[in-house]
Amino acid sequence: MAKKSDLLPGTLDMLILKTLTRAPLHGYGIALSIKRISDDVLQVEEGSLYPALQRLLLQGWVKAEWKQTETNRRARYYTLTETGRKQLGHELSEFDRMIAAITRVLREA
Amino acid sequence: MDRLTDRIASLFRKLSLLLRRNRFRTELDEEMAFHRAQAEKDFLAAGMSSQAAHTAAARQFGNPVRLRERSSEVIHFRFETALQDLRFALRTLARDRSFTLIAVLVLALGIGANVAVFSVVNTLLLRPLPFADAHRLVWLEPGKNLDPRLLAAAGLGGKTFSVDDYEAFQRANHSFASVASFNPFLGNSEYTLTGSGEAQGIAGMMVSGNFFSTLGVQPELGREFTRDELQKNGRPAALLSYFFWQRQFHANPSILGRPILLNNKPVTVVGVLPASFDFGSVFIPGQQFDVFVPAVMDEMRSWGNTLSVVGRLKPGVTVAQAQAESDLVFAGIKTAHPTYDFSPTLSQLQEYVSGKLRRSMVALWSAVGLVLLIVCVNLSSLLLARTTRRGKEFAMRTALGASRGRLLRQLLAESTVLVTAGAAVGLGLAFALTSYIAHQDSIALPLLHQVRVDRTALGWTLLLVVAITMLFGLLPGLRLATGGADRQLHAALKDGGQNASSAGHGQRLRSALVVVEVALSCVLLVGAGLLLRSFLNTLDVDMGFNASHASVMRVIYDQGADADKRTAAVQEILRRVTAIPGVQMAGIADMLPLGRNRSWQFWAKDHPPRNGDIDAALTRIITPGYLAAIGIHLREGRDFTWQDREKREHVVIVNQAAARHFWPGENPLGKLSVVDGGDMAPARVVGVIQDVSQTTLETEAAPEIYVPVMQSSPEGAELVVRTGGPGAPPPGELSRLLLSTLRSLNPAQPAYPLEPLQTMVDRSTSPRRFFLVLVATFAALGLTLAALGIYGVISYGVEQRTQEIGIRMALGASAAQVQRGILTHTALLIGIGVAAGTLTAYVFGHAIAAMLFGLAPTDPATFAAMILLLTAVGLLAGFLPARRASRIDPMTALRGN
Repeated sequence: MAKKSDLLPGTLDMLILKTLTRAPLHGYGIALSIKRISDDVLQVEEGSLYPALQRLLLQGWVKAEWKQTETNRRARYYTLTETGRKQLGHELSEFDRMIAAITRVLREA
Repeated sequence: MDRLTDRIASLFRKLSLLLRRNRFRTELDEEMAFHRAQAEKDFLAAGMSSQAAHTAAARQFGNPVRLRERSSEVIHFRFETALQDLRFALRTLARDRSFTLIAVLVLALGIGANVAVFSVVNTLLLRPLPFADAHRLVWLEPGKNLDPRLLAAAGLGGKTFSVDDYEAFQRANHSFASVASFNPFLGNSEYTLTGSGEAQGIAGMMVSGNFFSTLGVQPELGREFTRDELQKNGRPAALLSYFFWQRQFHANPSILGRPILLNNKPVTVVGVLPASFDFGSVFIPGQQFDVFVPAVMDEMRSWGNTLSVVGRLKPGVTVAQAQAESDLVFAGIKTAHPTYDFSPTLSQLQEYVSGKLRRSMVALWSAVGLVLLIVCVNLSSLLLARTTRRGKEFAMRTALGASRGRLLRQLLAESTVLVTAGAAVGLGLAFALTSYIAHQDSIALPLLHQVRVDRTALGWTLLLVVAITMLFGLLPGLRLATGGADRQLHAALKDGGQNASSAGHGQRLRSALVVVEVALSCVLLVGAGLLLRSFLNTLDVDMGFNASHASVMRVIYDQGADADKRTAAVQEILRRVTAIPGVQMAGIADMLPLGRNRSWQFWAKDHPPRNGDIDAALTRIITPGYLAAIGIHLREGRDFTWQDREKREHVVIVNQAAARHFWPGENPLGKLSVVDGGDMAPARVVGVIQDVSQTTLETEAAPEIYVPVMQSSPEGAELVVRTGGPGAPPPGELSRLLLSTLRSLNPAQPAYPLEPLQTMVDRSTSPRRFFLVLVATFAALGLTLAALGIYGVISYGVEQRTQEIGIRMALGASAAQVQRGILTHTALLIGIGVAAGTLTAYVFGHAIAAMLFGLAPTDPATFAAMILLLTAVGLLAGFLPARRASRIDPMTALRGN
């Protein structure tokens, strides 16, 4: 099995939150969206996706409800909450800080 | 604060999810099914066949079970896994019933014994006395500057103060907030209670007016004594003990203020003491006291030394400071009244009460500690065996994804269940044992009635549980993870189960554990053996009297000052008693051996004592016939006769110690002696008796004299009867006959019990017997466990090596050779253990030297006997599996497992 590239820990939560800023999505849709937008670089393992969604639910950053899809199937849709939006803001700025720092160290060589 | 509210919020969400767990599961399943379905649809759309699409989707999705678990894990509380572990532990333990039962039983015994002994040690040594601010209470033991032999000759008189000295100390000291006293000469305060039902004998205690307030005890009902009641010829008053009040007056408060008849005199009940106050328990172990009466100082002033003194220090004063002051005060008293220097040693009351017991307690504590150690080693061996057997199970669980931590947690859970169950049963045992001990009236140890499992003991139990669980939950687990995990995994999963190398490693460890068990057991056995022999030695001591076929009953008759009346009364009593069929001999003494004593001044007329010489002897007032009745051997001279009356020459019988001391090198027979300081006429020595045990069986006899009741006023009357011959009645019948005979002379004779002399002797040896029984029980327990341990290890070894033994036998080894080989291995284990144990016992033996009597702690006979016992039992334990090994059929052994 080809080794998928590891995400930095904690970034998965961030990616999910960001993905949900546009519209509510179900689990499969979130994974698909991330895969598509990143040009297949980031392929979220389902094994990581659902636990992550549970975490986000627990923290109250997303909320979930069962809705009907276009094809009339039942699916669970996740929506970003206000606190989730705020959290996303925090995480984005933190992420920028990290990236800037890493870049500085790498460039220094 | 924000973080806090967030955390609380998420906690609530967790809880709500938890409560709807089933729904959560089904929802998650549905969600995942949907996800898979979508993926499949996309694969189909991308051109795969439906079969391929389905497989691809499933594979991409991963292990649904694992996924579900990991999702659940997010919302799990940490203790949920613990609960799961516990449930699983219960299931596995329930399956392996014999192991669980043995382990729990062994633990229960070890923990129960430990908690019981802890309670005893706590009560007797550690817990403060049941008085307010007990650490400030001080005991004054007189005579620190006096020759110990003189003190021994003075008996109880050497341990008490005179009223004058006591009052002088009270006045002169500045260290004490209050100084109180009581009169330990019990004969002064024995009463017959009449007027409410049958006449009965009750035990009283004379106490100073400030006694209860000094101790910090307040009457539950009523009040303490008033000044008026403490004066000579004052109003007679008494305080009742709680139990006497309950027993006699059915806890009826109306008795307050009313009189009771003590020795036919009305005494007003002014109060009842609280149930928590047990005088005898603290001050005179083995005795119960029913009433407390005022010690009238003016009356006792002329009685010589009569008071035991206890004081409460002022806040901030130390015992050392008080001691220094006391030395000065008593030096002053001595110059004022040049009599003996009774300057006392001051010690904390707690120290006085239980200090003597410290060594025994420590020994007991060590013994039970050894037992617990053996229990733990045994348990750990059992667990080790079990872990090795479960190698396959653990391998499988590792393969399914269990981390090492998870497996350790599982083992810890099992260990917790076992130890907790063992502790629960053990606590029950401890409760039973401590309440049994607390209700023993016949053991003369202080504070024994207060022994119980209290909060401290429960705390100790908890500590034990945690420690044992940690130690023995983790021990087998550590073994699990040593070595290459993968290799173990493969080896364990392979059919054929036992991996020789891992089993071998376990076996070595278990053998080491057994050696430790044997060593510990050896130490315990040697200790018990030494104590047993000491005890037997005390029984062997020639007490100087014959305790068999003789009994004693307390008698009440008018012991008044009129010698003729007294003589007539006692003579009539003895005449009637000896007339009872079966009674061969009878006599009366006012104090018996191994019981109370008192001393009078005494010396040879020709050799008056110089300063510092012994000038006292223990004194007993007896009737003619007493010596024969109790079986005291008269070496020279004669017993008293009824002709030795008041008006005739005063006579005295001495013991060998007195003869040796006061007439060294001479025969005292016929010589004159000065008795009671010359207040009486000089007495002629008419007989010399063999030494009789006085205070305990182990102490040497001090000088002792006997004077006839016709010539001196006694303090009590114990009727000794010796029965025998064909017409001898059984004890119950004899008791009845005696009582009716005595009552025919004095209707107010209380129904005192008829006690065999042997019981009296047993009471004297009861503390030693008590310890012996406990230590011997522990030693037996340790031996059994060690034997079981040996059996387990050897048995398991045989099981493991079945194939190897089969091969050996197939190649020509005989059954006898196999058996011998295993027995040799057993003997080796035992040998190492015994050697280590013997060495330890030898080195630490001197620690219990003070508890031994008549033998050294390195007594070779005891060591040899115990070593032999242990080896024999150990070999027997190894014999059974050895025999099983010799019976192995090589064919079956080689064929399979």
